[in-house]
Amino acid sequence: MFETDLSLNDLMFLAKGAGVTLAITFLAVTGGTLMGLLFGVIRAQIKPWMALPLTFVLDIFRSVPLLIQLILANAFQAIAGFGISPFVTSCIVLALYTSAYCTEIVRGAIEAVPMVTRRAARSLGLTWGQDMTQIVFPMALRVALPSWIGLTLGVMKDSALVLWLGIFELLKSSQVLITRLQEPMFILLITGAIYFMLSFPIARLGGRLERKWKEND
Amino acid sequence: MIEIENVHKSFGALKVLKGIDLTVAKGEVVSVIGGSGSGKSTLLTCINGLEPIDSGRILVDGTEVHAKSTDLNKLRRKIGIVFQQFNAFPHLTVLENVTLAPRKVKGMSKSDAEEIAVKHLNHVGLGDKLKVYPSRLSGGQQQRMAIARALAMSPDYMLFDEVTSALDPQLVGEVLDTLKLLADEGMTMICVTHEMGFARDVSNRVAFFDQGVMAEIGPPEQIFGDAKNEATRKFLSSVR
Repeated sequence: MFETDLSLNDLMFLAKGAGVTLAITFLAVTGGTLMGLLFGVIRAQIKPWMALPLTFVLDIFRSVPLLIQLILANAFQAIAGFGISPFVTSCIVLALYTSAYCTEIVRGAIEAVPMVTRRAARSLGLTWGQDMTQIVFPMALRVALPSWIGLTLGVMKDSALVLWLGIFELLKSSQVLITRLQEPMFILLITGAIYFMLSFPIARLGGRLERKWKEND
Repeated sequence: MIEIENVHKSFGALKVLKGIDLTVAKGEVVSVIGGSGSGKSTLLTCINGLEPIDSGRILVDGTEVHAKSTDLNKLRRKIGIVFQQFNAFPHLTVLENVTLAPRKVKGMSKSDAEEIAVKHLNHVGLGDKLKVYPSRLSGGQQQRMAIARALAMSPDYMLFDEVTSALDPQLVGEVLDTLKLLADEGMTMICVTHEMGFARDVSNRVAFFDQGVMAEIGPPEQIFGDAKNEATRKFLSSVR
């Protein structure tokens, strides 16, 4: 018969870790998306050589493994004496990491809006800003959403790496329980199930929006 | 009045317009014909300032289109343009497509804009498609919607850039009928077209473009009956 020492208290401990994972993901994806929007518009609208410095910096965030970025950023802020908590450092690094990917999603989606559609909008007297908000963003959103959902789910799982800065998020919490209870299989199974429960609604929401928009296409 | 004076325009090394002079009076319908690459469509996009020009000038009611001080967004309110490619806003219904510019550009209330939109959509025969999304429309219906969308801004001038070229042959007629209706109502129009029958029946004058130059312009009877220019005659015999 299956027996476990896992108590309700331990489950609450995991739930708390899941809360931290969710909070970091939310902050990183929100910040990263806002920056990605700004950078993506810049990348799509100005000449490639003018955006070169921005492109280069974003390429660094996309190329260097996240773990290295987290540890370097945390060490740097400690040396510089900024006194930023590991939680905030993690959120900033993850947000920049997210923004680097989000920028490319936004750029690609904006460029997918046919030039002739934008010309039609401008020819009606719409300003650049009105063209952006009324025509380009709504059309680009439909293109970007699947990739953006994928990015969000990816960031949620990648956020586990912040455990190296000593943050008790979901994976770290499970490690603590594994060390104490010595039931790695069972605890990892539960942890995986919790990650799934966090991801599933986001993925479903994306699917629902896509279906709703498809009705018009 | 639209006055085009010695306009030159190139894309890189390619000279597209080589000194175009053309004046279109209020209420006049001018058709522009010519082979592809002759600069016809480029001229239209220059008239409403979507494309810059290299030299010369274009005046619309005395306002110089390419002057730095010109508010293009304001000027474009009185110049409607419909393109060859369908360019409906796919995320908006037919009614929303037409009300967008009057609301956002002219600041009209939703109900006022809808009243005008319904009037123009009825006019082009789409009164029963108000709540439909553009993807459910045929090509001809999409073009007629684009015409209604431009008309909803109450423009003084309408530019048509080969609006029937991308249509199935059986849909060409319905769009040409809409253009004829507009011409009969006294709209000032410049129509770049490959429809020779339309150019002959509807226009006051027909201009023939050849390799960036306006080779000949005159009343349709003259252009189609007794063209002076060798290139015009050659072009017309090839399209007939």
